[in-house]
Amino acid sequence: MGTFMMIVILAVFVNNFVVVQFLGICPFLGVSKSTRNALGMGIAVTVVMTITCLITYPLYTYVLVPLKLEFLEIIVFIFVIAALVQMLEKFIKKFSPPLYKAMGIFLPLITTNCAVLGVAETVIDKAGMINMVGSSGLGTSVLYGVFAGVGFTVAIVILSGLRTKVDALTPAKSVKGYPIVMVTACFMAMAFYVFNLISL
Amino acid sequence: MIKPQEIRKIGVDGLLRNNPTFRLVLGTCPTLALTTAAMNGIGMGLAVTFVLIFSNAIISALRKVIPNEVRIPAFVLIIATFVTLLRMLLDKFIPSLYESMGVYLPLIVVNCIILGRAESFASKNPVVHSAFDGLFTGLGFTLALTLMGAIREILGAGAIFGVTLWDFRIEFFSSSAGAFFVYGISIALFNFVYTKVESRMHKRKFEKLYGHQELTVQEEAK
Repeated sequence: MGTFMMIVILAVFVNNFVVVQFLGICPFLGVSKSTRNALGMGIAVTVVMTITCLITYPLYTYVLVPLKLEFLEIIVFIFVIAALVQMLEKFIKKFSPPLYKAMGIFLPLITTNCAVLGVAETVIDKAGMINMVGSSGLGTSVLYGVFAGVGFTVAIVILSGLRTKVDALTPAKSVKGYPIVMVTACFMAMAFYVFNLISL
Repeated sequence: MIKPQEIRKIGVDGLLRNNPTFRLVLGTCPTLALTTAAMNGIGMGLAVTFVLIFSNAIISALRKVIPNEVRIPAFVLIIATFVTLLRMLLDKFIPSLYESMGVYLPLIVVNCIILGRAESFASKNPVVHSAFDGLFTGLGFTLALTLMGAIREILGAGAIFGVTLWDFRIEFFSSSAGAFFVYGISIALFNFVYTKVESRMHKRKFEKLYGHQELTVQEEAK
């Protein structure tokens, strides 16, 4: 139970993938115009991250390491993610058209989302995981994947809420668009910084 | 072969007009994460430049062979190969840089600048042009990262390129919030200066052609 809570707090707040580790900034800025879309993107990323961890961790530990092919990890991982996203898209389209309507447009974007490759690279680093949450293994990896996704969702939904206010402003031309959203994200990052002060 | 004017145009495009960091806002993750110090910015920038030059050249050389339907997976495979090569080279020859880049080194694969240049330039242009485009886009990225790294290092750590200047420090600029702040303000300033310079250049070109006249909307559209 202790480890579980630790993973939740670390993955969602302290090491938040978006505002603390800067992974997945492109969808964070690009798909946060409306809360509805932000939530859809967040859920899609969480699902893909979970399944990615479920596949890449055993693949790395039980296939690449014994065969001494660790140097191929980047190529293997990116192909697992690309294939997974493609399959998921086909699968959802076939079995749940309403879900596809809500989530479909976000799926192709996820292949190049660095948060997904980032989580795959994070969980295979055994020493790093033990240092961070005190254990490593398939269960820990998948849990970390789930809650890293939840952290992403929390961040993108909060930003989309803030943006409905910010986009209504009419600032100077050169500040409009990305600069003002960055400054909004800056205040969010400050809020998340407080979690660094928690001693676990 | 490539003409000098073409190199000049590609250079201006990569460094200023289509600057990946400030104008297109691509490759934002490493920009925010690795600008805590100027040296990190240079390291990341040059790593991306290396991958960009080679991936652009290879993709351009194979542009007539790769079928249109599977071009994205093919591009990603080529990019991933060069990132793997770069990772091995850095691990062997510059371990300190390898350590400091951490998880962001494998993440060069999903850097949208590289896929963006492959898609919009290398898949349509000859090899030498594409290699130059990779070089200048990469240098534009490197310059932007170094600039932001220098700002954050001076304000946040009171140092530049690891040399301590003074004891005055604002912790905010080293934190993650400072990264967003400096990036946002940098984009705003770059856009401000760029639009000023561009409108002046347009005016000068117009005056050269038509003499000193009022600039009308119709003629500007030409």
